[in-house]
Amino acid sequence: MTDTIKLYPAKPAKVYFYGTCLVDLFYPDAGLAGVQLLEREGIDVLFPQDQTCCGQPAFSSGFNDQARDVVVPQLDLFPGDWPIVVPAGSCGGMMRKHYPELFAGTPWQAKAEALASRVFELTDFLLNVCHIRLEDRGEPVRVAMHTSCSARREMGVGDIGPTLLAQLQQVEVVEQARATECCGFGGTFAVRHPEVSEAMVADKTTAIEEAGADTFLATDCGCMMNIAGYAEKQQRSLKGQHIASFLWQRVGGDA
Amino acid sequence: MSTDTAHSDVQQFHPRVRSALENPQIRSNFRSAMDGLMGKRQAAFEDWELETLRDLGAAVRLRALSRLPELLVQLETNCQLQGIRVHWAETGDQACEIIRDICKARDARRVIKGKSMVSEEMELNHFLEAEGIEALESDLGEYIVQLAEETPSHIIMPAIHKNTDEISDLMHEKTGTERSRDVGYLTASARQQLRDKFMQADVGISGVNFAVAETGTLCLVENEGNGRLTTTVPPCHIAVTGIEKVVEHLEDVAPLLALLTRSATGQHITTYFNMISGPRKADEKDGPEEVHLVLVDSGRSSIYQDQELLDTLRCIRCGACMNHCPVYARVGGHAYGTTYPGPIGKILMPHLLGLENTRDLPSASTLCGACGEVCPVRIPIPKLLQRLRKESVDGDRLRPSVVPGHGVKRTLKEQASWNGYRWLASDPGRYRLAGWMMTRFRALTPRNVGPWTRYRTAPRPAAKTLHQLMAARRREEQS
Ligand code: SF4
Repeated sequence: MTDTIKLYPAKPAKVYFYGTCLVDLFYPDAGLAGVQLLEREGIDVLFPQDQTCCGQPAFSSGFNDQARDVVVPQLDLFPGDWPIVVPAGSCGGMMRKHYPELFAGTPWQAKAEALASRVFELTDFLLNVCHIRLEDRGEPVRVAMHTSCSARREMGVGDIGPTLLAQLQQVEVVEQARATECCGFGGTFAVRHPEVSEAMVADKTTAIEEAGADTFLATDCGCMMNIAGYAEKQQRSLKGQHIASFLWQRVGGDA
Repeated sequence: MSTDTAHSDVQQFHPRVRSALENPQIRSNFRSAMDGLMGKRQAAFEDWELETLRDLGAAVRLRALSRLPELLVQLETNCQLQGIRVHWAETGDQACEIIRDICKARDARRVIKGKSMVSEEMELNHFLEAEGIEALESDLGEYIVQLAEETPSHIIMPAIHKNTDEISDLMHEKTGTERSRDVGYLTASARQQLRDKFMQADVGISGVNFAVAETGTLCLVENEGNGRLTTTVPPCHIAVTGIEKVVEHLEDVAPLLALLTRSATGQHITTYFNMISGPRKADEKDGPEEVHLVLVDSGRSSIYQDQELLDTLRCIRCGACMNHCPVYARVGGHAYGTTYPGPIGKILMPHLLGLENTRDLPSASTLCGACGEVCPVRIPIPKLLQRLRKESVDGDRLRPSVVPGHGVKRTLKEQASWNGYRWLASDPGRYRLAGWMMTRFRALTPRNVGPWTRYRTAPRPAAKTLHQLMAARRREEQS
């Protein structure tokens, strides 16, 4: 009954990269950094141009028909038997955990299940498949880490970010209060229940600031948009960065 | 914030949330209490045993539910063999009437109550009072809530929304107790007042934590001894419970009890654990003359019809899901306007009251998964929330669904926006074009996008999409 144990493949020659719509439209540098980190490991990264959105917004609002219609054409975008790497725990969780549910009992079930089993969250893939080694080329810096709830609880990668950051000698990761608590994003939750969402993101922002960091790293752009957007609206100095962008910069990649 | 009759104003979720969030006392009372409870739970489980116990707990509950109808019959037979009279109630109202009739037959005027969430669910106290029967709560938290004429804000700690000062003021005003910050003093004073009531009570009413089918044993978990007094001192004891509380064997109780107390309050064991197996026997010196068991359905058998929703009935009412819920910790129990607040309330109440009366509950979650992660019987709460969201918007209202009020949130506007999303995201060419337009005209991005920008800045489209960047890289490679 406990979650099935994740099996990691040997480091492949190629991977597919699923950028996610949020990264695509708002934070492409995070996606590009992810691609470059994978290439740095000697992996050939394939980016199917016909990818759009993973369907999660509709799915988590209860509109499964719409979600399926968005996903179906994309099920054929990854024909080779390569892993599919996603720079987001929540879209990764949608693909890995929820596609089998969404397509259960439909003609696409087998295809969806096969795809789901090949999906990996980016940092997990870098650490546990690529066994990445990072040499820190940056200045000393203090950061906080915010792992999304779906990265932590759906993808089970809660301790990967901190483990990767521990390889960087000049980076100090501060301990924040209630680090595992949700930032209040929750997709449409933030607009359906704006007041509760605000109360949550306010606490998260304060916890990070009080820990003594003026930059936080996120596994997911949704959380980042929420926390950094809140700090900006409040004219606070806290900045957010996707962990892929940060890692790429630290190893000397161009931003 | 008084939510006197919880059901009537269940629709007012947003206003109640706002007023709770604006109340610093409520915010800090809940936050500190929940932090404490989370810490205690964590300390109570050895790492190695937690997941194993949860597997066991889930298996025990699943096994019991898979045989629920026959176990209930077995429970009835075994209870009757020991002299416990068993009553079946389809609705909460029927259960109230059954209890009233038992009281009337004994000419009972005074009832003392142990903690029972099912009795809250059916609003038993109001019902009895209207019938001229006094019902006094004897659990300290319930006693405080009753003095304040409120409803519980937490299923394990009903008065958790009040701090010591508030309780002291309340007791002073209602019972003349001297004001004090000494919890021991306040408790002793309440105990003094309750002692006499136990002696005078004609009937004791309690809940049930586990009902063992094989032996006809009713188990009651408590810390204050009020449960034992309620079930032994008055000449008549009425136990009332939902039909899902049944387990197969006596051995099944051990893992569930271990999980319940650790998950709820971080205790390895409670001060009292009562196993009730019938009225006083001829050679016994104490105990009630009469014991009744009222089994309440109230929507549960309809949940039982659905293979997925059935998991809702595994619940052992430990409260861990609310203790760990970031929404509950901020708005508190009364904001939900339902008997059961927090994550379990969100997955249970739509069945009891209908989605039309609980329309804001399934969406009031970020699906962060903290509840599912701690639930001792592994109820997949986020998955069930998702299911109820689907039920809320599921088209055809004429199609029978086990969830009352299904389709109630399917508005044209909501539908239109998701159809728009589908139109855009199901066609790669269209999607790329939209991305290109967004980046091209990024200067025109609206600054104000509804509730999002009330508290945050709007995200700005990038100069180039990842699609564009990757396509450009391809072209470079090829040239
Ligand atoms: S749903 Fe699980 S965590 Fe919540 S009260 Fe029930 S048993 Fe406890």
